[in-house]
Amino acid sequence: MLTDYAFVAFFIFFGIFFVAAALIGAWFVRPSRPGKLKNDIYECGEVTRGTSWVQYNVRFYLIALAFVVFDVEAAFLFPWAVAAKKLGLYAFVEITIFVAILLVALAYAWRKGGLKWA
Amino acid sequence: MIVHPVLSWLKDWWVGIVETYGLPTWFVPAAQMVVNAILIAGFIAVLVLFLIWLTRKVSAHIQQRLGPMRVGWHGCVQTVADALKLVQKEDTTPRDADRPVFNIAPFLAFAPTVVAFVVIPFGDGAIVRDLNIGVLFLFAITTINVIAILAGGWASNSKYSLLGGFRSAAQLVSYEVPLILSVLGVIMLAGTMKLGAIVEAQNAMWFVVYQPLGFVIYVIAATAEVNRTPFDIPEAEQELVSGFNIEYSGMKFAMFFLAEFANMFLVSAVAATLFLGGWKGPWLPGEFWFLAKSFAIVLLLMFFRWTYPRLRVDQLMSFAWKFLLPLAFLNLLVTGLILVLM
Repeated sequence: MLTDYAFVAFFIFFGIFFVAAALIGAWFVRPSRPGKLKNDIYECGEVTRGTSWVQYNVRFYLIALAFVVFDVEAAFLFPWAVAAKKLGLYAFVEITIFVAILLVALAYAWRKGGLKWA
Repeated sequence: MIVHPVLSWLKDWWVGIVETYGLPTWFVPAAQMVVNAILIAGFIAVLVLFLIWLTRKVSAHIQQRLGPMRVGWHGCVQTVADALKLVQKEDTTPRDADRPVFNIAPFLAFAPTVVAFVVIPFGDGAIVRDLNIGVLFLFAITTINVIAILAGGWASNSKYSLLGGFRSAAQLVSYEVPLILSVLGVIMLAGTMKLGAIVEAQNAMWFVVYQPLGFVIYVIAATAEVNRTPFDIPEAEQELVSGFNIEYSGMKFAMFFLAEFANMFLVSAVAATLFLGGWKGPWLPGEFWFLAKSFAIVLLLMFFRWTYPRLRVDQLMSFAWKFLLPLAFLNLLVTGLILVLM
């Protein structure tokens, strides 16, 4: 069990090492001649105006909120799914109620235009 | 059936060394870790080179072109040449970029992909570690990709990459939900989240037979997860030039590219494992069947890419929330009902 996660930890380390090795390896062979024009942001030849870090549309935030709701729900559904056969009808009815409540939330968001993209 | 004997032979050899020289016992798993990691990294590198060549060939032939022909037989070492070129490319950083975040993004893009390969069963016993939370681990680790895309798009301080990054993040999180819900049916049938055990549970019949709707939802959502057409809004060459990664060049760009193609294989491999019986198959070794099934899904994704037009961004979002999500819930509840009543 602990060995399993030692493997996972090692793979995380190895993944980072892999990228670092590739970047450092390329650093030895690649040229590095930064210039004023070269370091400009690429916007199809137009001169950039102002920063890009501006306020953005609120709909992204709504989507993120809806995602959090349903992703947390999925986290609750996983343990039930593993034991669904053993738990039987009672647990199934409970999960149906749980899902139904969230579907009401989805219907509410839908109705209120939270899912609209225009 | 090919990989497992080699690995167990290696393990026996290390155990022998540990006993002869009186080394501590953690030496054996440590050696296994290093060898497994190198095998996986080598596999990913070769796989991506091959996949890029395959993409170019398939796209060319669908459009009645020949594609790369000059370097090697039918251009088969073209991608090696491309990789060598990328290594020598200057690595520019935009002047106004948020440098720390800009540099971390390639790590966040590629490292999770390597980690996700830990739970992929390549064949009988050819799995790095069969974690008991396998499927959950897989989805948890691959979702980190969203942060990489958002970080890359934001840190470049370019309007195109910011738009691409936000759209991409919105799309990825939207399709994440039906993707996760579609595999719950398989977990319910198998009664476990271990990928190796899920393959074993498909001894009699592939799960695609019991979960046809789940499979269709999974493939659609997976196509969106790896940003393939008809869901390639984040890239959208004609409007956003390249999306979140325009400002990246050289090896940093290569890391995003590597992660994208490795992820494409990863979702296909997961589809093959969960729905198509993984490495199970007659006569030939399991590794062959695993790769054959995975590549069948990869080719399906490629055919999608070169056959369908791109969806508009509002169509894309409403398709995920108003169609796929209710359908995935329906699949979940129907599967649960049948399972409980049987």
